[in-house]
Parts: sequence; C-alpha cells; structure tokens
Amino acid sequence: MKVSVDMGSCHGHQMCAIAAPEVFGSDELGNATVLIAGDIPAELEGKARRAEANCPERAIIISE
Amino acid sequence: MTDTRKPVESLLTDYDIFEPGFVANPYPGYSEIRESECPIAHTDRYEGSWLPTRYEDVVALAQEYEVFTSRGILVMPPPPGQAEGAYGGVAAPPITSDPPDHHWHRRLILPIFAPQAVAKYEQSTRDLCNALIDEFIDKGTADAAADYAQHIPVRVISNMLGVPLDMEETFTGWVRGVLENMHDLELRKRSRLAIIEYFLAQVEDRKTNPRENDLISELMNTEVEGKKVPIEYVLGVCNLMLVAGIDTTWSAIGSVMWHMAQHPEHRKQLRENDDLWPTAIEELLRVYAPVTMARIVDRDIEFQGCPMKAGDRVLMAFPAANRDPRQFENPDEVILDREHNRHVAFGSGIHRCAGSNLARLEVRVALQTWLKRIPEFELVDPSSVTWAGGQVHGPRSCMVKF
Repeated sequence: MKVSVDMGSCHGHQMCAIAAPEVFGSDELGNATVLIAGDIPAELEGKARRAEANCPERAIIISE
Repeated sequence: MTDTRKPVESLLTDYDIFEPGFVANPYPGYSEIRESECPIAHTDRYEGSWLPTRYEDVVALAQEYEVFTSRGILVMPPPPGQAEGAYGGVAAPPITSDPPDHHWHRRLILPIFAPQAVAKYEQSTRDLCNALIDEFIDKGTADAAADYAQHIPVRVISNMLGVPLDMEETFTGWVRGVLENMHDLELRKRSRLAIIEYFLAQVEDRKTNPRENDLISELMNTEVEGKKVPIEYVLGVCNLMLVAGIDTTWSAIGSVMWHMAQHPEHRKQLRENDDLWPTAIEELLRVYAPVTMARIVDRDIEFQGCPMKAGDRVLMAFPAANRDPRQFENPDEVILDREHNRHVAFGSGIHRCAGSNLARLEVRVALQTWLKRIPEFELVDPSSVTWAGGQVHGPRSCMVKF
C-alpha cells in the first residue's frame, strides 16, 4: 500500500495526522504531508485507511 | 424576561435560531428538518435564511465558494450603517474574504496555527487551566462554563496577540455583543467598533514602542509583494482572533465539561487509556461542534430543489451535519473510540477553521487538566444549565459539584 495527498483538495484539517500520525504530518501551512514515501508497513495500513475515511475533503489517495 | 417572539409555526418554513428552546437544544429540531421531505428549511425571520441540515448538503455548499460567498458570514444581516466611517471596511479576514484575496489573507496566518506552531502554547494553556482550578477546587463546586471554560481561550488569544490580560472581561463582552446578542443591532455595532478602535490604538502604540514576539507586531511588519499589508488587514485579523477564537472554543470546552459531568464512564475511559485522547477529542468536537456559519448567495440558483436568490442568506449548520445518520452511525451518541469520523466541526473547503489546531489543543488541555485534578464531578442541577445559541452553541452557566 502507498498513500498520497491531493494537495489541491487538502485544506489542512489534519484529521489524517490524527488518525495516522506515523503516516501523515503537517507542512508549514498545516496542510498534510506524507511521511512514508514507499510502501506503508502492514501494521500501519489500518491507520492509513482510517485517515482516508476521516478526511473531510477526501484528499487522501490510497493505492495498493 | 418575557419572550415576546411569535411562536414557531413549522420548523420547515419558520425556524427561529434564537428561540430559547432551540438555543438550549437545537438537535431535535435539526433532526426533524433533516428527516422531513424538505431537509433544507427556510425562514423569513431575521430578514430570511435557508437552513440545510444534511451532511452532504452542508459540505456541498461549503465547497461552492463562488456561489455561496463570504460577503456575510453571520446568521443575521449587519446593522445598518456598519460599513460607513473610516474603518467601516474592516472585516475579519480570511473568514470574510472570497478568492482571489482570500488566498493571501489566509496564507499569511496559516503558519501561525499549524500544529507544530501551536504546540508551544500547550504548557501556558495548562498553567492557566491549573490557575483557574486553584480558585475553586477547595469550594467543592464551580461553574464549569463561567469559572473555567470562559476564561481559557480569551487568555490564550490575549497572550498570542500581546495585549494585557486585564482586558479579558471587556473582550468577552465585546465578542458576546457581536455574536451572541447579534439581534441587538446597536450593541452589535458598538461592540464591533470597540474592537476595531482598541486594536487601532494597539497598532498606533507599537509604531512608537515597537515590540517583539507578538502577533500584532508580526502582522504589522508582514509584507505582500514588497509592500506592508494594509492596516485594515491587521485590524481585521485581530478582530477575527477575538470574534472567532474566543466564543467558539469556550463553547466547545463548556459543552465537553457538561458532557463529562454526566458521563462517569467516559471520564473513566479517558483516565485509563491515554491513547484514546486524539480520537475522543474529534468525537467530542463532532457531537458538540459549536459553530454555524452563514453564506450569501451570489446569483439566483436552484440548490437541491430550493430556489435561492442572489443575496439570500444560507446557514451552514455544521452541528446539524455532524449528527446526520446518513454519515454517522448512532449520531447522537458519544463514542470516544469512534473509528470513522469525517466530521466538519471546523467546516469544509477553503474556509476550514484556521484556528482548528489551537482549538483542539485548548479543548484537550482543558479537559485533561480538569480530569487530573477533579476526576469525579456531576451537575448540581441539570435544569439550571443555561445556553447560548444561534451562531455559536455552548453552555453559559453549568454548575458542577465535586
């Protein structure tokens, strides 16, 4: 699993970083950043999916 | 005081967001509208407005910023003549801004409120919460709204702005004049003017006595495209900090205290599981989202079958959206470990609450500090709790004993 953020849609709710702090962070403006460039470790996949489910802008993209 | 308002005939066609019963508990009313054949209600009261109640509709209109503009964001029109005078154009950017100006209005303040930036206020917030608790802990009773919640955001904001803490009561009065008592147009106009005049004096003072490390000075020295930002922007952001940063967070903290006073099982859950806090705070924000924003319709449009006219006011009731059963299972229930929670307590789209990370921090620290010192407490009398509503929903008096 890989994750990315559609920066055109992200408005900095930070709900991804709350759901999966190991996977998502914040840039200088408070918008989302992805902390893990490659494959998401299996034990964090659940959290990453939860981040996707909780983003009010539906800006998190998960690819398998 | 006798309530002289005309009784509400039907919520669908005549809702009254300032009616005392609706102010105290708007959720059954939102639910009635949401589940009716007409989930976007309309009223002629307060010069008219529309009220969408479904999550999907509220989010859709928040996203459509070109149609639903931020020329007016309060749930009632401004007092006549507000825009006149030397500083009549001072608004509350970026919340009152539309693109293209919205972009730089917002860009300049976002770094101040990023999670890593607000983290530095955690210890001072904890200290001030402890100082408030020191005042009443030996009495065995306190007003969790008026003695505790009410004082927290105003002190945090005053510190950030770099203004004296002894202005606390005055600031609170002004903000209530603008938001909670907005149907008193004279008071609203006076309160807004007082805010602008106060910050104008603060700016003038800094010109002769420069200071470091306060937000007002930082804003005054900010440049956009090689030029200092206009004074209207500086005053507008200060206005925003007070009006959007005080009443809202105080309301959220108050509602959370009111909830916790009635739910020993939730206090226990939080005491026993530190990992629960981030999820729990989001859930409490979902259920007790304090803020309803408004938008002005730019041009005639049909929105979900409703014929909206240019100039119409539309209320974005985030508290209603957050309890839509189409989006949330058991929406009226507080489930501290709720997995899926796409709540919109802080709005949606380009106007997502700029202070959301600070608000989260304040709500969390306020509750953590209280629970540490006062683990067990209950309402003195549930029927004596009083509420504010309309634009910002939360308790104004909430006596608890411990």
